[in-house]
Amino acid sequence: MPQQPTGRRFSPRTRKLSKRDATTVKRLMQYFKRYKVRFTFVLICIIIGALASVSGSMFVKVVIDQYIEPLLLTPNPSLDGLTGAITRMACIYAAGIISTFLYSRVMVSIAQGILKTIRDDMFTHMQSLPIRYFDTHTFGDVMSRYTNDADTLRQMISMAIPQVFSSTITIIAVFAAMLYSSVYLTLFVVVMLIIMLKTTKFIGAKSGHYFIKQQVALGKINGYIEEMINGQKVVKVFCHEEKTKEGFDELNENMRAVSAKANKFALVLMPVMANIGNLQYVILAIAGGALAINGIGGITLGSIASFLLLSRSFTMPISQISNQFNSIVMALAGAERIFNLMDEEPETDEGHVTLVNAQYNEKGELVPVENYTGMWAWKCPEENGSFKYIEVKGDVRFDSVDFGYEENKTILHDITLFAKPGQKVAFVGSTGAGKTTITNLINRFYDIADGKIRYDGININSIKKDDLRRSLGIVLQDTNLFTGTVLENIRYGRLDATDEEVYAAAKLTNADGFIKMLPEGYNTVISGSGSELSQGQKQLITIARAAVANPPVMILDEATSSIDTRTESIVQKGMDALMHGRTVFVIAHRLSTVQNSDVIMVLDHGRIIERGNHEELIAEKGVYYRLYTGAFEME
Amino acid sequence: MMKHLFKSIRQYKKASLLAPLFVTLEVIMEVLIPTIMASLIDNGINKGDMSAIERIGFILIIACILSLIFGFLSGKFAAEASTGFAANLRKDMFYNVQKFSFANIDKFSPSSIVTRLTTDITNLQNAYQMVVRVAVRCPVMLIFSLIMAFNINRRLSIIFLFALPVLGIGLFLIMNNAHPIFERVFKLYDALNLVVQENLRGMRVVKSFVREDFEEEKFKKASKNIYDNSIKAEKLLMLNMPLMQFAMYTCMLLISWIGAKLILSSSMTTGELMSMFTYASQILMSLMMLSMVFVMITMSKASAERIAEILDEKSTLTNNDNPVFEVPNGSIDFDNVYFSYADLGHNSAPVLNNINLHIKSGQTIGIIGGTGSSKSSLVQLIPRLFDVTEGSVKVGGIDVRDYDIETLRNAVSMVLQKNELFSGTIKDNLRWGDENATDEDIERVCRLAQADGFIQEFPDKYDTFIEQGGSNVSGGQKQRLCIARALLKKPKILILDDSTSAVDTKTDALIRKAFIEEIPDTTKIIIAQRISSVQEADEIVILENGHIVSVGNHEELLKSSDIYKELYKSQMKGGEE
Repeated sequence: MPQQPTGRRFSPRTRKLSKRDATTVKRLMQYFKRYKVRFTFVLICIIIGALASVSGSMFVKVVIDQYIEPLLLTPNPSLDGLTGAITRMACIYAAGIISTFLYSRVMVSIAQGILKTIRDDMFTHMQSLPIRYFDTHTFGDVMSRYTNDADTLRQMISMAIPQVFSSTITIIAVFAAMLYSSVYLTLFVVVMLIIMLKTTKFIGAKSGHYFIKQQVALGKINGYIEEMINGQKVVKVFCHEEKTKEGFDELNENMRAVSAKANKFALVLMPVMANIGNLQYVILAIAGGALAINGIGGITLGSIASFLLLSRSFTMPISQISNQFNSIVMALAGAERIFNLMDEEPETDEGHVTLVNAQYNEKGELVPVENYTGMWAWKCPEENGSFKYIEVKGDVRFDSVDFGYEENKTILHDITLFAKPGQKVAFVGSTGAGKTTITNLINRFYDIADGKIRYDGININSIKKDDLRRSLGIVLQDTNLFTGTVLENIRYGRLDATDEEVYAAAKLTNADGFIKMLPEGYNTVISGSGSELSQGQKQLITIARAAVANPPVMILDEATSSIDTRTESIVQKGMDALMHGRTVFVIAHRLSTVQNSDVIMVLDHGRIIERGNHEELIAEKGVYYRLYTGAFEME
Repeated sequence: MMKHLFKSIRQYKKASLLAPLFVTLEVIMEVLIPTIMASLIDNGINKGDMSAIERIGFILIIACILSLIFGFLSGKFAAEASTGFAANLRKDMFYNVQKFSFANIDKFSPSSIVTRLTTDITNLQNAYQMVVRVAVRCPVMLIFSLIMAFNINRRLSIIFLFALPVLGIGLFLIMNNAHPIFERVFKLYDALNLVVQENLRGMRVVKSFVREDFEEEKFKKASKNIYDNSIKAEKLLMLNMPLMQFAMYTCMLLISWIGAKLILSSSMTTGELMSMFTYASQILMSLMMLSMVFVMITMSKASAERIAEILDEKSTLTNNDNPVFEVPNGSIDFDNVYFSYADLGHNSAPVLNNINLHIKSGQTIGIIGGTGSSKSSLVQLIPRLFDVTEGSVKVGGIDVRDYDIETLRNAVSMVLQKNELFSGTIKDNLRWGDENATDEDIERVCRLAQADGFIQEFPDKYDTFIEQGGSNVSGGQKQRLCIARALLKKPKILILDDSTSAVDTKTDALIRKAFIEEIPDTTKIIIAQRISSVQEADEIVILENGHIVSVGNHEELLKSSDIYKELYKSQMKGGEE
């Protein structure tokens, strides 16, 4: 997806920790629960590893102070003590290495496991969300939770958490060791540390400021690129290349200037920190030397040397934590967005009437059967615990239905209509008149505000949503095929359809001809965009997909509007075959496709203003007549 | 390939050279500092010589400040070099795309070009920043630290000659094995994202067919795949840490052990031992960093390749050496024209076969045919959006390949089937046709295209802002604005490729009437679905599968062409008689 918001990872230090983050952390902890034992093991290993590394720094002091210095004074030095010390240290180191090895491996499984759980939960939850959610959120917005947000979260779990924990342990241990060596020098290190943190904050704020600017500039230039490249053919036709370049140059230069500043501050931070560390080292050596020479604070030569090493081990984890801090803040923001999606209210379903395969037995009674028969029945539970079976015929009635996407903003007013089994009902009207909205109500993508919709005499609210939708076939203007073979795409309509049934559906809907011409026939793989196929061919596949499902009611929403009239006549034949014997709701742009409907509803601003068949409406000489004669623009 | 990309460095060459220079200087200072520090301990602290401490301390502070300045400058130049390089690359790509012919554009598809201009550029900018900075820093640090260590003590430094290869080979093996798995993981992520994307787009289909569980299975399979492979790759990668620790700790222990002996035999000082520890960590850390830099640069290789593809793409159309700068009139001649998209790599069968068509200046020509009949391909040859495969297309009696492309396209105005408006006011959009058009000119063409009426109804009239993609005007309005824009060029030939499909029939008729009355000398070619749109044309061409099957006026075709008759009947059924 081109407009993937790649930028958010560029905006560090733009967000502070808040109370909301505390709740996010708590929820994240829930995911750790499953790994309680393993995570505890990781923490223990981290502690061992950190302590091993701290004792490494201390070891230098021990070697110099306890072995080398005294030995220098003895005439015939024995190295036995030193050998023992080094062997002991080697054991500690070995423990450190082993624990690092273990925890890093276990942590990988924990991080990836948590991530997988979150990912799967998120998708599962997303599938349960009502259409309203998808209509009110952009794809890019939802996508970024799977890409950017999940990725920052992974980094936090697998890198930031262990590092922060290990750094904290190191800091505590080193601080204790420093205090033990020299209180004075420790105080000095603390002062330097504060200076260091202040500097980081200052540079960080500067860089953050420019990173936000860079984000804006990036958004602008990417927007421009997208617009121009998508309209590149128009640019060519109008020889507008030079103008386009001018506009680009301006944005590009702006982007470069801002981005150079932002990156400068980010890049400068590291050497500045490192050299403040170096300065601290030098001043520490001078101050320590002065103290040692003057015999203040009981400082020995060995303790200065090891203190210098310690001070390094002290500042390093602190700058590591401050580095990780940004990624944690960003990961929490990402986690919050992920949890927001998971908190979205799922579709509710209080229906109890279900759909079953059925057939008439010898006595002429409708009975449920296991296998697909092409005939269905509504299975309605009775109060006495038994079931009543009603044949699914496709009788749909709207009774004074009102509806609005938002409360207090009614889009459809007092819609009353009935479609008898096998009838073809058409809706025409301009964009926004409410044609698609009506079909959204039949399959309960949205719930009505007032009135009633009955399906074979049953209120659709008491039918289980899944079963209701199973009984309704749908062909939309957007073809929406899935990556996979043509065969798989058609079978999407009914997963247990045999290959023969798929071929039959394709033949019925006139799709068989072109599919056979494809390089691999029915096994041709369609990629995500389906760019291998023409719009008309894709539409034929979706019609075949609906045909294989063989539902009693069909909804065709602008199914042929992106097909030209010549091809349409082929598609139309497929559609006619599909529509035969079913109740069909048709929304069409071209009036030629609705002429043979049993009834045509002309919608305007959410009201049915005219209804009747083609001849009646023409004779009426109203809106339909004017639309038909082209005196009216319909868009 | 890389060489080609580096051409885009240009004015940032200085910064690109200064950045590594200052990095080198910074590293030298960083390497010197431990030695000075050692001398501070040996000559100052150990001897209890406060003046020596102060003197050497002063030198040290100077060294630190220098290092700070060098570090600052290297960061500054690296930022300038990398962002500048990225800006130049973006510019070079964008400029080259502007040179692309339709064939080039179709080869890449807009969305792929956009990704290369955005995401790939960002990747490469980061990689370049690494190259001028970290990739220089690590080897320099490694070499200088080694030199210093050997300078202090040869025997002790031999440790590194063993440690380095062990660590190096270990890191190499880890990266080498992990890298292909990571590549696979990236692909698996793409597959997962594709599932999400298809679900988001097709949610109505998923819900209608009640396929939520089915899709969940699909997603979980993709998710599990990522899980398995990521664990494999990361577990390998995580071996880095213990390996590094092993090398580091071993060096520390050996240095302590041998160092102690050396000190006792008076061939080394305690200060020198201290600096050896520092050098040990510098040497091993830089090797570790180097291996990571290496991986990150390899990862950006794919982006670099994608960018190079755009930069290397040569336009399939070039200007004639001695181009003609004047189009005499609007006559068009197709002589034995064959055309195929073979150079686009797919569908090599000709889409136009033996087209012979002669249009006189000022005529109105209608073209009718189903999808795949190559109507659009036919007219796109006239402003030379594509070149013929065989035969010739002449405008004003001169082969279109002999014209200066801009001259030709200014004389041949085409309203594309998939047309775009750009964000900006209506006036801005229309002036694409003629930059210097006066407000009167604009209003005149809008009246011609029957757009003036609705524009006047907008509160801001001609200054109404059009959103990106023209999303705030209706399809019919958009089409009329596009026609007006094309008219503003005052073309000799006007081509409408199914450009009034969303306009109502009455307005459509008014537009055609205006054409006949107001621009009688312009040759007009109209591709349409509706017979009514072409009915009064001087000649109507019926295309089928890339062949002209009939030519004639409405009455003639009604008599001679079955296809035309059938179309006419189906569209007029019960209609306007």
